[in-house]
Amino acid sequence: MSRLVLTGVSRRFDAVTAVDGFSLTLAPGEFVSLLGPSGCGKTTTLRMIAGFLAPSEGTIEMDGRLISSPASTLPPEKRGMSMIFQSYAIWPNMTVEENVAFGLEVRRLPKSEIAVKVQRILDVVQMRHLGRRYPQELSGGQQQRVALARAIVVQPAVLLLDEPLSNLDANLREEMRYEIRRLHDEFQITTVYVTHDQAEAMVTSDRIAVMNQGRVEQVDEPRALYARPRTRFVAGFIGRTNLLDGLVRGAEVTFDHFAIPRSRFAEPTSLDGQVSFSLRPQSILLHRQPPPVSDRAAVIPGQIVQRAYLGEHWDYTVRPAGGPLALRVTARPHEVFEVDEKVWLELDPRQMARLQPE
Amino acid sequence: MTDAAAAVARRWRHLDKSVFVWLLLIALLLLLVINPLARLLWASFQHPETGAFTLENYAAAYGRWRHIEALINSLVIGLAVAGLCTVFGVPMAWAVSRTDMPGKGLVWAAVLGTFIMPNYLGAVAWILMAGPNAGWLNRAYTALTGAAAGPFNVYSMTGLVLVIACYSFPYMFVFTRSALDLISSEMEDAASTLGAGALRTTLRVTLPLALPAMMGAFIVEFLEAIALFGAPALIALPARFQVMTTMLWQMFEFPPRVQVAAAYSMPLLLITVFLFWIQYRLIARKGYVALTGKGGERRLVRLGPWRWALLGYCLFVTSLSFFVPMLVVLQAAFARAWGRGFSLDNLTLRNLRFVLIDQPATRAATLNTFVYAAAASLIAVGLALAIAYIVARRLVPLGRVLTYIAMAPFVIPGIVLAIGFYAAYTAKPLVLYGTAWILILAFATRFLPIAYTNADAALRSINPELEDAARILGGGRLLALRRVVGPLLRRGLAGAFILVFIPATRELSSAIFLYTTGTQVLSVLLFDKSDEGNFEVLSSMGLILVVVTVALVLVGFRVVGRDFLLRRTAS
Repeated sequence: MSRLVLTGVSRRFDAVTAVDGFSLTLAPGEFVSLLGPSGCGKTTTLRMIAGFLAPSEGTIEMDGRLISSPASTLPPEKRGMSMIFQSYAIWPNMTVEENVAFGLEVRRLPKSEIAVKVQRILDVVQMRHLGRRYPQELSGGQQQRVALARAIVVQPAVLLLDEPLSNLDANLREEMRYEIRRLHDEFQITTVYVTHDQAEAMVTSDRIAVMNQGRVEQVDEPRALYARPRTRFVAGFIGRTNLLDGLVRGAEVTFDHFAIPRSRFAEPTSLDGQVSFSLRPQSILLHRQPPPVSDRAAVIPGQIVQRAYLGEHWDYTVRPAGGPLALRVTARPHEVFEVDEKVWLELDPRQMARLQPE
Repeated sequence: MTDAAAAVARRWRHLDKSVFVWLLLIALLLLLVINPLARLLWASFQHPETGAFTLENYAAAYGRWRHIEALINSLVIGLAVAGLCTVFGVPMAWAVSRTDMPGKGLVWAAVLGTFIMPNYLGAVAWILMAGPNAGWLNRAYTALTGAAAGPFNVYSMTGLVLVIACYSFPYMFVFTRSALDLISSEMEDAASTLGAGALRTTLRVTLPLALPAMMGAFIVEFLEAIALFGAPALIALPARFQVMTTMLWQMFEFPPRVQVAAAYSMPLLLITVFLFWIQYRLIARKGYVALTGKGGERRLVRLGPWRWALLGYCLFVTSLSFFVPMLVVLQAAFARAWGRGFSLDNLTLRNLRFVLIDQPATRAATLNTFVYAAAASLIAVGLALAIAYIVARRLVPLGRVLTYIAMAPFVIPGIVLAIGFYAAYTAKPLVLYGTAWILILAFATRFLPIAYTNADAALRSINPELEDAARILGGGRLLALRRVVGPLLRRGLAGAFILVFIPATRELSSAIFLYTTGTQVLSVLLFDKSDEGNFEVLSSMGLILVVVTVALVLVGFRVVGRDFLLRRTAS
């Protein structure tokens, strides 16, 4: 049975629709991220799952039981979930141990069992030696670990995380991404993770739901999301990309001043009329001489317009001959081209992801 | 089970049961604020015997010249007091905020001391100072000039205005000072660079920028003065004139004419509500940007030799309000007979012993005072916190209305509130009159706004996620409040408790209508005993109040910080 099922969930605040027809199903033990820019409704969705907000429309079910509907919502304290907040929300009036023990005390576990569980989880997050400290005496990263321990120790049915890393500095943030994934692999807790940082979502998640303006744009595994974005928004939000608009004419798809045979695309028969594609900058190769003709690739003459050396790679802007279109191309550090130099662009149409019409 | 029944069962299971606690507390709020006001309004239209609708009460209340005259007296006194407070408070506020005057700490302490002295104790002190013939000032005058009689007589309109102004000018001081504190020196520099001198800058730039705050304070002073009962009763009655509040009190002499009193109090209520609205608009006005933000760096105006003159003025005013009255009260409290002056053989602890130990009535009243004040503070702070919480977390629709209700007593004169309580709780279904509860609840209601402002501010200062974290881990709202929110708010709530406790110990204007034998408090007893002329005992009772207040203020300094009492919100 699915752990969590959201069906057509919407939430309005007065005239503003924050979440619009959100549907998602989570299998037990699955880690799903809600990814999107600020204001896209991801936190609102999370707070509806937690029970802090009631949906204006739609339902939420957990293990087959209805827990949220416009008519009634089960209060958060009865959902058996736990949550990690942007501010960590570690209680400053309690020590680390008292913070972690709280959820177990509420569940009326015997004192001895609580003590054992608290120590064990503090070991897992490497905080055992700081158990008697008060939160004010801890660094941001340590507070984050306390928040994780406090949320995991109760073995929640669902773990919710609301931008938990946004208050940490860059290095720590990277470390904690892996920590969160490690804890998930260890405890297999069904998790919903809200973030605006694609790298965070890619590292931690089994699946990512990309949200924009209250709607889900695409739900997929991280690799599929990158390789096969289905909308312009997803293509642009996950990594950098080139958006190409073309028109299907007989055996060819014509773009701005160049054309590619239709048969070379991944699903040639479905192409019709106006079509749009996303093409990643690293899927384009640059050549000084025309590459040998193949029946897979498309080769287009062009000219370097702009370049930037970023250490790990070159960032070129290339204009296909005769047109105003500018393509971004990523090349390895030893592939050096001068501005204004004539080049040949080689691209594989099967790597061009077809986007849904707007 | 049918679908409908299942849905009902689910809704019940999903219901956050703490909602019943909130509803109960909202009911209590309505019982404390709305019911007395509604009953007051209803009583003013009710025939005393038949209970039928009538306008006779208004005719009785305003059909007599005596009654109208008292109303006029109140308005005249209010205006005169507010004017005098401006003369007292504004220069002091400017001196402390903007100049290099020496001795600012002393002046600040003296203003705080003034604030701590109950107005009726001030009135007693002024009777000792400026009573005809025997008053200290008159005796000093005759000793110095050899004249047969001194010129001072506190039992007069002028005397009353002076006494009230002495004990209400701290509002003007605090309002003006907070406004001046927020004006950055850059504003003044802008005028100076255009060639304006220090005096011109002060008069044309600094003071006008503080003007809305001063006008607001003027209104508060006016309203304080017309709603006051203690000082007017001690001074105006012997001087054989009446003000509205003393007139209301006389309407309650046996047999009480509640309906007429209710009708008579309506203008007082309406004037107060109206003027507070004006005051609110003045303060909230947008044009004065200087008052909205924290000002930039401020430099002090160099006064040269004038700074001593200004200090002299500040000390003169606080001598009238604090230093001399306090000295006189101390002398009387520890004297066998206050008229015999300062000498060792006149010293005694007899008065204090009499009040605290020997006399059952005063002993009981002392105990009552502090027990009632503590109970009232607990109720006020608890209720205020709950209402602030309900509003902040949007637990019920139309929460903002609850804010207005909780803040409403702020614009109800104490005496009017007391008449409302009398009208509401002397008759069935809920008879509280004759018990301590009517006093406790009236005090709690009267000072609810102070508790609410503080509880609300404290609640806003903590991140709601702290509470959410407790709830998602399985603790309900009430548990989250007890384990997380409550402990985090401890300091703020302790401050609120003290801020309610202090005025509750000295409250006279509502107590005087609601006490019965056995439920007297010190303020009532002090007023009751004033016509016996035993000023040594009166001073002792007043001193007890002052000492306890000072102790609490010191505790407040430690718990909350030095500015907690003389803040704008505290008024």
